[in-house]
Amino acid sequence: MSQALLSLEGVHTHIGQYHILQGVDLVVPHGELTVLLGRNGAGKTTTLRTIMGLWPPSQGTITFDGQSIGGQATPDIARLGIGYVPESMGVFADLTVAENMRLAARLGPPDAARLDWIFGLFPALKRFWQLPAGLLSGGQKQMLSIARAIVEPKSLILIDEPTKGIAPAIIEGMITAFKELKRDKTTILLVEQNFRFAASLGDSVAVMDDGRIVHRGTMQALASDSALQSRLLGLSLAAHQ
Amino acid sequence: MATTIARPAPDELPKAPRDLLPVFIPPILALAALPLVGSPTTWVTLTVAALAMGMMIFVIASGLTLIFGLMDVLNFGHGAFIAVGAYIAMTVLGPLSGWVQSDALTLNLAALFLAVIAAMVGTGVLGLAFERIIVQPVYGQHLKQILITMGGLIVAEQLIHVVWGGDQKPMPLPNGLRGAITVGDFALEKFRLLAVAVGLTVFIIMQLVLNRTKVGLLIRAGVENREMVEALGYRIRQLFVGVFIAGSALAGLGGTMWALYRETLTAAIGGDIMVLVFIVIIIGGLGSVGGCFIGAILVALMANYTGYLVPKIAVASNILLMVAILMWRPQGLYPVARR
Repeated sequence: MSQALLSLEGVHTHIGQYHILQGVDLVVPHGELTVLLGRNGAGKTTTLRTIMGLWPPSQGTITFDGQSIGGQATPDIARLGIGYVPESMGVFADLTVAENMRLAARLGPPDAARLDWIFGLFPALKRFWQLPAGLLSGGQKQMLSIARAIVEPKSLILIDEPTKGIAPAIIEGMITAFKELKRDKTTILLVEQNFRFAASLGDSVAVMDDGRIVHRGTMQALASDSALQSRLLGLSLAAHQ
Repeated sequence: MATTIARPAPDELPKAPRDLLPVFIPPILALAALPLVGSPTTWVTLTVAALAMGMMIFVIASGLTLIFGLMDVLNFGHGAFIAVGAYIAMTVLGPLSGWVQSDALTLNLAALFLAVIAAMVGTGVLGLAFERIIVQPVYGQHLKQILITMGGLIVAEQLIHVVWGGDQKPMPLPNGLRGAITVGDFALEKFRLLAVAVGLTVFIIMQLVLNRTKVGLLIRAGVENREMVEALGYRIRQLFVGVFIAGSALAGLGGTMWALYRETLTAAIGGDIMVLVFIVIIIGGLGSVGGCFIGAILVALMANYTGYLVPKIAVASNILLMVAILMWRPQGLYPVARR
């Protein structure tokens, strides 16, 4: 396994009176795609939001590239080179696709070659470039949300359930995009419920339950072990197919 | 390699639908009032007065709607900036009375320009202090925001009494801006035309900033989803402080224009107009500058026509207008996404 780019040790997060994360230990190796699996309410989204500083941890340490980031402000965390694709997609509906991308390119105008690469991955974005993002379909919004996260090179991208409610044809496009990002050695932490999608991309996997990591290993091992899948996720890959 | 964005040919692009329906409401309202008013001369006078009043309300309300939209801050103390701006302008115009009373329009405008700049700088600085001391501790707590910003308004009014006295002050209009320009049978008051020009200028500048600059994009994005703006690496708190200062300075400009319009000044001038300002930002859609612009014209038209036709319902008419618009569009004329 490669060296850890991101690690969480004993991370607890409270939201109001609710104790959501109850000691999360997670390692995201450099240059790999790590999948975070788990049932609804297991704490996957909270883990991503805690890493981004949107819900600060109440206990534990979060280390990114050797630097402690637990409790830092969200903009400071993002500026370290961490992209975030939330479950809600977070596109700015009143802004055009072009304006969304312009904002995401924080360091200057988007690089033309990189933009062409993104248009190759998500052709709809080029077609709807001047259209308000609010008028895009769910799948197109998801494409835009991912495109925003990769319009500038990032060290780490956190992606929360990108396939939720998305048409299979668009999911295939996402698989291509993520494979290209992996080839580019971009580190990705992907929260996903679609096991087939996760299994086709993941290098390593962590499974959450009740605010804790209950399993860690390679995706290959989990994908090939139906009994383990059933025990951890309540459903096997075979049942997905 | 930083280059411009490659984009497809315009004819390939689908067109964004434009919601122009609210834009037609003010002219429809104005035309509907014409037969009721009867005399075209009176109707033109009322309409121009309404446009002037609407532009002054817009200048005051535009900053407030962005302040609310960006950070969910209910600032009931906005009236303090209106009053302080007007008093600062009066203080500057005092020593410049020679210029104010001169027959040379350039000297009149120079005096007014200096007064407006002083008012905007003064209220901008006051806005910075207000945000830091009063607003910052109560982010995300609406009830406390209402109480503490209303408290701030009361304190500001009392401080005005201490500094400038509690009596009503005259706010003389520069000589060159008195009287009217006659066009055919119609007399158009000069100061009202200036107020319309100032309001339109502010609106155009705001549209340019909001639509053509990155700061403007950030403000629009922040009004919609500030959490995502932060996740992209932008420090929205700094942006908000900047918007708060700009909004306070605009209130100072609006207060100066409003006091000149009335030609008198009391410490309560801000509080008096805030009812209309809140109606305008609710009608327009919280956080929407375009909606605020149309809402301000609508409110002013309604106030002027009903004030002439049925004075007893002049105040209630705008409440009824707000109810009617919210029944049609519950989020206001131009609802900001996610609100």
